[in-house]
Amino acid sequence: MTALRRNPSLAAGGVIVLALVAAALFGPSVAHNNPLAIDLTRALAGPSRAHPFGCDALGRDVFARVMWGARLSLGISVSVVVLSLAAGGLIGGCAALAGGRIDNLVMRVVDIVLAFPGILLAIALAAILGPGLVDLAIALTAMGWTGYARLVRGEVLSLREREYVHAAAALGARPRRLLFRHLLPAVAGPVAVQATFGIGGIIGAEAALSFLGLGAMPPTPSWGNMLDAGREFLLVAPHLTTAPGIAIGLAILGFNLLGDGLAALAGRR
Amino acid sequence: MIWYVLRRLATLVPVALGVVTLTFALIHLVPGDPVVAMLGDTASPADIAGMRHRLGLDRPILVQYVDFLGGLAHGDLGESISYHQPVSRLIAERFPATLELAGAGLLVAMVIAFPLGFIAGAKPGSAGDVGSMGFAIVGISIPHIYLGPLLMIWFSLDLGLLPLTGRGGIPHLVLPAVTLGTALAAVLARMLRQSIIQVRDSDYMRTAVSKGLSPTLALFRHGLRNALTPVVTLLGLELGGLLTGALITEIIFSWPGLGRMLISAISARDYPLVEGAVLTFALTYVFVNMATDVVYALVDPRVSLR
Repeated sequence: MTALRRNPSLAAGGVIVLALVAAALFGPSVAHNNPLAIDLTRALAGPSRAHPFGCDALGRDVFARVMWGARLSLGISVSVVVLSLAAGGLIGGCAALAGGRIDNLVMRVVDIVLAFPGILLAIALAAILGPGLVDLAIALTAMGWTGYARLVRGEVLSLREREYVHAAAALGARPRRLLFRHLLPAVAGPVAVQATFGIGGIIGAEAALSFLGLGAMPPTPSWGNMLDAGREFLLVAPHLTTAPGIAIGLAILGFNLLGDGLAALAGRR
Repeated sequence: MIWYVLRRLATLVPVALGVVTLTFALIHLVPGDPVVAMLGDTASPADIAGMRHRLGLDRPILVQYVDFLGGLAHGDLGESISYHQPVSRLIAERFPATLELAGAGLLVAMVIAFPLGFIAGAKPGSAGDVGSMGFAIVGISIPHIYLGPLLMIWFSLDLGLLPLTGRGGIPHLVLPAVTLGTALAAVLARMLRQSIIQVRDSDYMRTAVSKGLSPTLALFRHGLRNALTPVVTLLGLELGGLLTGALITEIIFSWPGLGRMLISAISARDYPLVEGAVLTFALTYVFVNMATDVVYALVDPRVSLR
């Protein structure tokens, strides 16, 4: 408790992230309205008791859509980060242990992927693969693994000079055992911090891709495509952009604060 | 110094070649047939074969690659399918608008970040610090795709102060630039704060203050320059985000730049144009990064010794 009071970022971030997880898990059942049910008589209706966030241009309940959007957004971003982490961690860790030419080659590839600014690589891949949630996850993972590869490689390179690792090697531990038993667990702290920020980043990237029409396709409710659809009605129905916009902002804020908090926690140790 | 610049230039070649190769591979090797996508599932095999031949896609992949590199060397990126014009000409027409937007976004970011970071770093824990960092955490979290519409509602629709969309004079540039620059401003302000706090603790600052300079004056005269070095590095790293941010901002504000052309080329399945636009963004980023490194070396002579 005192730790949380001394680390307000951790507390605030934790609360927001927990709320988000709750929304993703239970929101769709709390919002009893069907997120896909069209009712043109309610088109663009403002917030009311039956529809707390109002209705969109097709009369669909915005609250239900935001809740389903939370499930999609969190589901995609967590799977992308887990995939990126597994791929990047394995590649970076192996490169560091192998050293020499292999390490050089792998890091060149990482440099080249990183030479694509921001989400450009994901945009290009999503454009080629076509819209769809699996393709979206692949595109975001292709963009995301490099950061973890770099981080894990750097950590392993510095860790493997430590005495306990030398000792394990001297006792005859194979490279694979070294990697899984001694190195990767020690890397877990910095990786957890980066992964926390990473989830926030992927939530933003997913929303951006869906906004551009390269991610979740209508009628599937995603915060990004809801924002895109709401832009036409800025003047008459600003609630259409407000609800998903605040949802994205809060989600990213939550993971950023949590990341800050975790970094402070790891730094104190 | 000159050796450093030359060495840095030499590392540019493999990365640039890698970027070109990866872009080519994306378009030509990823499963999914661009020709079928362009013509639709109902196209006859003869039409598909004809289109494939017209685009040169029926040749061996290596021949296509060498041809692509050769064309690139002459600045020839092929012909756009939807515009029936050379891709390079289309890019030359649209890219200046993107650069204008990115430049304006960068300016906004610095104008916001420097005072905030300075106020926060000069007196950590003060109301100014809390306020600045509060802005920073919100600024990092608010996505372009929401900030843009929000600014449009406030400043164009409600107040009627600024134009809603399109490109024109300075008024047209304000909202897109703020949309684009806010996130970067937030990142820079946080970095500057941290950097100033570190510098304040250094011996030369203590000397300056003990000589009788006021802490603020000492920070201005001696500390600021040193505090800026890590900020410049971060700025270089963040420019990629600025470029893709510009791409998304263009869509929000109907800004006639390369990003908007890329997205419409994607929906039109205009693959030569997609390829050219992706390549332009990526190579620009590579060049800008190199330029940042060189400028950095010029500012801080210690860098070139490393």
